[in-house]
Amino acid sequence: MSTTSLLVIAILILATLGYFLAGKRAISTAGGDRRKLHSLPVYYGSNAAMFTAIPALGVLLIWLLAQPMLVERNVLSTIPDKFIPEGSSIGLVMSDVRRVADGLEVVVSTGILSQNETLKLDTEQTDIRALLAGVGAAVGSDVQPEVLEAAQNYRAQTKMGQLWMVLIVAPLALFGFALSVLAAKPTFRARNTVERGILALLVLAASLAILTTIGIVFSMLFESINFFKLHPWTDFFFGGLWAPNFRGDSDLSILPLLWGTIYISIIALIVAVPVGLFAAIYLSEYAGPRVRAFAKPLLEILAGIPTIVYGLFALLTVGPALVRVFGRGEEGLLGVEWMSGATAVLTAGLVMGIMLIPFVSSLSDDIINAVPQSLRDGSLGLGATPSETIRQVVLPAALPGIVGAVLLAASRAIGETMIVVLGAGAIAKFSANPLEAMTTITTRIVSQLTGDTDFASPETLVAFALGLTLFVLTLGLNVIALYIVRKYREQYD
Amino acid sequence: MTDAIQKPEKKKSSLLLLDARTRTRNAAEKRFKAYGMIAVAFGLLMLSILVFNIVTRGAGAYQQTFIALEVELLAGKLDKKGNRDVDDLKKVSTFGYTPLLSNALEAKVTELGIKTDLKAKKMVGILSKSAAAQVRDYVLNNPNKIGETIGFEFLASSRVDGYLKGRVSRDSIGNDKNISPAQLDLVDALKAEGFLAKRFNMSFITGSDASDARPEAAGMGTSMIGSFFMMLVVLVLALPIGVAASIYLEEFAPKNWITDIIEVNISNLAAVPSIVFGILGLAMFINYMHLPNSAPLVGGLVLTLMTLPTIIISTRASLKAVPPSIRDAALGVGASKMQSVFHHVLPLAAPGILTGTIIGLAQALGETAPLLLIGMVGFIASNPPDSIATGLLSPNSAMPAQVYEWAKRADPAFYERAWGGIIILLVFLVTMNTIAVILRRRFERRW
Repeated sequence: MSTTSLLVIAILILATLGYFLAGKRAISTAGGDRRKLHSLPVYYGSNAAMFTAIPALGVLLIWLLAQPMLVERNVLSTIPDKFIPEGSSIGLVMSDVRRVADGLEVVVSTGILSQNETLKLDTEQTDIRALLAGVGAAVGSDVQPEVLEAAQNYRAQTKMGQLWMVLIVAPLALFGFALSVLAAKPTFRARNTVERGILALLVLAASLAILTTIGIVFSMLFESINFFKLHPWTDFFFGGLWAPNFRGDSDLSILPLLWGTIYISIIALIVAVPVGLFAAIYLSEYAGPRVRAFAKPLLEILAGIPTIVYGLFALLTVGPALVRVFGRGEEGLLGVEWMSGATAVLTAGLVMGIMLIPFVSSLSDDIINAVPQSLRDGSLGLGATPSETIRQVVLPAALPGIVGAVLLAASRAIGETMIVVLGAGAIAKFSANPLEAMTTITTRIVSQLTGDTDFASPETLVAFALGLTLFVLTLGLNVIALYIVRKYREQYD
Repeated sequence: MTDAIQKPEKKKSSLLLLDARTRTRNAAEKRFKAYGMIAVAFGLLMLSILVFNIVTRGAGAYQQTFIALEVELLAGKLDKKGNRDVDDLKKVSTFGYTPLLSNALEAKVTELGIKTDLKAKKMVGILSKSAAAQVRDYVLNNPNKIGETIGFEFLASSRVDGYLKGRVSRDSIGNDKNISPAQLDLVDALKAEGFLAKRFNMSFITGSDASDARPEAAGMGTSMIGSFFMMLVVLVLALPIGVAASIYLEEFAPKNWITDIIEVNISNLAAVPSIVFGILGLAMFINYMHLPNSAPLVGGLVLTLMTLPTIIISTRASLKAVPPSIRDAALGVGASKMQSVFHHVLPLAAPGILTGTIIGLAQALGETAPLLLIGMVGFIASNPPDSIATGLLSPNSAMPAQVYEWAKRADPAFYERAWGGIIILLVFLVTMNTIAVILRRRFERRW
């Protein structure tokens, strides 16, 4: 069992011990009379457990996250630059070093060699690759002496780090244990301390949302900066060609992808907005309770269907159906040859539109229902027909909210992945023909980041720049939409 | 009485007769209503087309063609040393078993008196490529049966299966190297004699993915386990963190700019495209923390971050629905604020929280895009994991990712399986949503 898990178990045992000990001690210092205690005995126990476990585990967690990074940086600085082979990168060398180091640890733990024997290993005398392969650690090429040296260095530093970790974390737990058990006296306000601790945990959980956002932004920002170091930003934002080439020298411009994304989203909105809006109007203004109770949940099923299902629907049903209409020359329904493959802008747009219908309709439904009944009554009382009331009174009152709903739907369409991956095709170009295959930002992110990725080439890193652009785009749309919706709501609340 | 009666100069009109303007207005009214009905009908039509498509195209995956044969396990071929030692038996690869199959098929053909020009080697083409492995596994498990004749049920190859299901016809195989009309004649003859038949295929539900050449052997089982472990991670992490965050925001947070930022942040995170979470997972969990690629643990972590906003939003709604009088009563009899929340408010909000969590899990279960980026696609897991740790850490796929993988392989036999896989996925989603609805109906209190 590893040092870390042993340490965690020890801390947890100590915390449990503290829980019972502090509870007992609180009662005994109060002379066995619970009424003299400030808090219930449970709180004295919880206080002890909290002080034993949480600081120690917190430090442990930070240590585990930070140590690999520090060790790696130290080891990297010892690898000479000239050692890095042509066409490779420092990252690849480092992953080799890590693999050799981990493999040697396994060699020691399975008892093939002793700790001292591994330290004396020499690339000249032993075939380290074969040795590592014997324990299931595959190294791509024969181990170079520099890599072995770096790996030994890595192991030594990791060991050192672990030793220090134990030396710091274990006393911290013991210290917390002693302090909190000794503090268990009738005058000690244990409940207040425990509740403050719980509150701190609650705050931590709530700020995880912020941490996620920071994580998203930074993970993409760093890699995007790396990308722009390798590739001119002018080409990315203003070039006109997307032609990744894994031998280098690629044209990586976002504009053709952006065009595909926007084109498909517009088609999707052309389908979804009228249908969704009219469905919402009908269901909220005309339909009786029975039709509403039947149709509304059924429409909302469309929103609960996973996007992969829509993707398959686009690729295997809608696409071939469109080809039957617009393609196949004489055999087709129209007798034209406008469409050659099932993947096209129209295919993806139509299916995405179907997916967005319930999204638009349920958002608009809420907004239309929020329009006060008195406005409708006034209009109907003046002799307007229901449709005139809707067009001239209800919709103008609901317009900001509906615009917000459409913007939210647009942001959903821009970020949608599976439908376009399966239904839109892979050709990046500027074209106005909806029957041609085109590609989108999300499709390219998937294709650049799946399979074997090398995080030193601009062809891989461009995905992060694309992701960042996508994030900024959708975030902008959401912020505007939420702002409009919020501002509108204040009018009637 | 009123002036209106005394206006004879206006053209005579009647309440019973509509004038032209009223008629156009009424027509516009009818049109408008019809648009609404058409919109609803369009939505429902699309839903029914989608469901019809899934059911008709996916049902085929649950039936598979099997061929019954008696194979003689020739000792001379399988165990040349004659010692029945498993290590020696393992040296005979699946190629060594193919002659046994062709012998068995040839024997069957002569026994039944079927006339065919096919050579025995070609006849084997109607069997799945996994048939030899099936015999080999049997021999390795029962070495003492060598020399006997054992009855097997083999999967038919995907083309034969497609022929029985109507997917493959004699016209469509013109350029197909994998099947010939003569082989189809043999299939017809075997079917007439009752040795080749379609029946329910359990291994589609329990089995693992198979390589490109054997669509007939591919199943959803292993990816189901992958999905299960991911949902376990999501449940263990997202539920406590989500509930803790909602309790803070709803019950304790002061109204200031920090909590404002957190709230805006959460509602924005709920609308961030899922693929962005995949990028985060790749950069953070795999590249930085060096967690294993393709592991359900990483998938679960990514989906946790993705479902957290959903769970927080629904938990806050159900906390808000608990009336303030409950809190006031608890505080009034001397409970601390923390005690009033944990002892009274939280238990009352529990059904709503549970409902929201199940809906969040259902959403996470169907999510594909982030899983593509952290490598949970491709033919990666051929065996189900044997413990919880390997289940979490060893490479696996997930149900929607498996469907995507099959959809990408551009083979009608795999398309059928993709639709079939979707049926399983939807069964899970429908079950989860039904449970959520029942929970809400049964336990939700109106105050």
